[in-house]
Amino acid sequence: MTLQNPREIYGRTLVELGAENPNIVVLEGDLGKSTMTCYFEQAFPNRFFEMGIAEANMTSFAGGLSLTGKIPFTNSFAVFAAGRAYDQIRQGVCLAKLNVKIVGSSAGLSDFGDGSTHQTVEDLALMRAIPNLTVLVPCDGTETRKMTRAIAAFQGPVYMRLTRSDMPAIFPENEEFVIGKPYLMRDGGDVVAFACGQMVSKALEAADMAAAKGISVRVVNVSSLKPVDEPALRAFARGMRGIVTAEEHSIMGGLSCLINYVFRGSGLRTECVAIMDRFGQSAGSQDELLAEYGLTPRHICAAAEKSLSK
Amino acid sequence: MTAMMQTRDIDELRRIARKIRLDIVQMVGVGQKGHLGGSCSSADFVTALYFSKMRHDPKNPAWEDRDRFLLSKGHSALVQYAALAEWGYFPREEMKRVKVFGAMLQGHPDRLTTPGIEANTGSLGQGLSIACGMAAGLRIDGRDSKVYCVVGDGEIAEGQIWEAAMAASHYKLENLVAILDRNGLMTNGPTDLRYSSSPIDKKWAAFGWHVQDIDGHDMGEILGALDKADTIRGQPKMIIARTVKARGVPFAEGRAEFHNGIMTAEQYAQACRLLAEEPAAS
Repeated sequence: MTLQNPREIYGRTLVELGAENPNIVVLEGDLGKSTMTCYFEQAFPNRFFEMGIAEANMTSFAGGLSLTGKIPFTNSFAVFAAGRAYDQIRQGVCLAKLNVKIVGSSAGLSDFGDGSTHQTVEDLALMRAIPNLTVLVPCDGTETRKMTRAIAAFQGPVYMRLTRSDMPAIFPENEEFVIGKPYLMRDGGDVVAFACGQMVSKALEAADMAAAKGISVRVVNVSSLKPVDEPALRAFARGMRGIVTAEEHSIMGGLSCLINYVFRGSGLRTECVAIMDRFGQSAGSQDELLAEYGLTPRHICAAAEKSLSK
Repeated sequence: MTAMMQTRDIDELRRIARKIRLDIVQMVGVGQKGHLGGSCSSADFVTALYFSKMRHDPKNPAWEDRDRFLLSKGHSALVQYAALAEWGYFPREEMKRVKVFGAMLQGHPDRLTTPGIEANTGSLGQGLSIACGMAAGLRIDGRDSKVYCVVGDGEIAEGQIWEAAMAASHYKLENLVAILDRNGLMTNGPTDLRYSSSPIDKKWAAFGWHVQDIDGHDMGEILGALDKADTIRGQPKMIIARTVKARGVPFAEGRAEFHNGIMTAEQYAQACRLLAEEPAAS
């Protein structure tokens, strides 16, 4: 399967958008060669703002830019973009419904070497809890490109969570990305796996493993955590005998909470693959961490089996 | 398009400032907590901005070429509400139902409910950053509008203020004028005793701002400083306005307990009477 780097694709997409729309502006918290806003800086130096290592000011400053009709994208690692600037996102941006796009890069455990200070296990929980904020997680580079374009066209505050790692290309080229829509990635008849981010491709691998055991797993990409088409989610579970969730995020406040809420009272057993209320840590690769935190295809497959047991 | 009639008549501006203080007192009312102190300390320069300096149009609050006003010390919203009501951004009746359920006039400025409010401020330390972003956006578009931002002297304890100070200076936001309401009191007492922000002028100068230090209740000095700021190029401008908290309400002047205090019926009547009276000829 082709590997794509979502950061790289995000950076290139910003340049496309910048060429199409003079109101696109980009703000960067001194990580432009990692978030890949460096391409936009080269192409449109007058619409690029180096904001230094000051995420709070960057976020509010972006709010001010939006009030003059600009479409600002703020960039930092997710742990800072969402965490350090939480109050600015809440008070300045979302209360006022400002048209700011907050892009959290190197999210989850993907900044494996830097360890827990740079790994976000809770950004989706924080962002989902803020009224007026749209919360999105693309599953690969293709969806990253489509999503970046969609949020530029969308009026209102958005948080988009990006990973640092290369990801297999799985989102169909010919599929339009629509905010709120969950996407069927593979059909199946026994268990539905709702996943987001790079856990979607892990869930697809898990579906192969489960098939070998005689369990048919349907995989749904929930790239829109908020808003999300709840009837569509319920429709995907119709006829299923179990539910699995998979996310590179804490069990608290992310996809598992969303799915458990949507399927409350459904009688379907839901098994959650997530980070169990722990911080991250340094490692030599992301795979080591995914294994340690129980976020591999093997874990998703096991969860699917478990979801079928009474 | 032109703005509404503005005045350079200092006596007229003083008269308006008194009326704004009366409105503030009446919005606080009797037996209710209200941010009397900081609203009244800002009243003179807010009057100078809205009724003399700024280009704005109450019939078209979203006029793209307007000057922008941001109250970073959002808790002093009453002073801005009074100025906006006086201009007719909304009916004066709205001032009778501040901070109540369903009110247009919320406890802190809300751009979604109130015509003339540019941004939601009140979580202290954020408004100056928003003002910087506005100034930068206006510059990209080549507009000559200016951005005026009022910050508090207690507020500048927030680290984000200094992030904004660096950004404004780095980006040479010459269309940004900040006014610091140096009333010397934070919620629970004098800033210099409880949590000093001194020396304020040297701090802003060190961050690359043009700094003026004025009597924040002298209308002539205020207008002079605002005009002087227009002549300074290549850097953001700070006007430190030395003020008295609750200025114009004698029993509350300079008293920290009237930061968000309660007036008795007697105090309220006294304040209304003093502010309604014609001032002695100056």
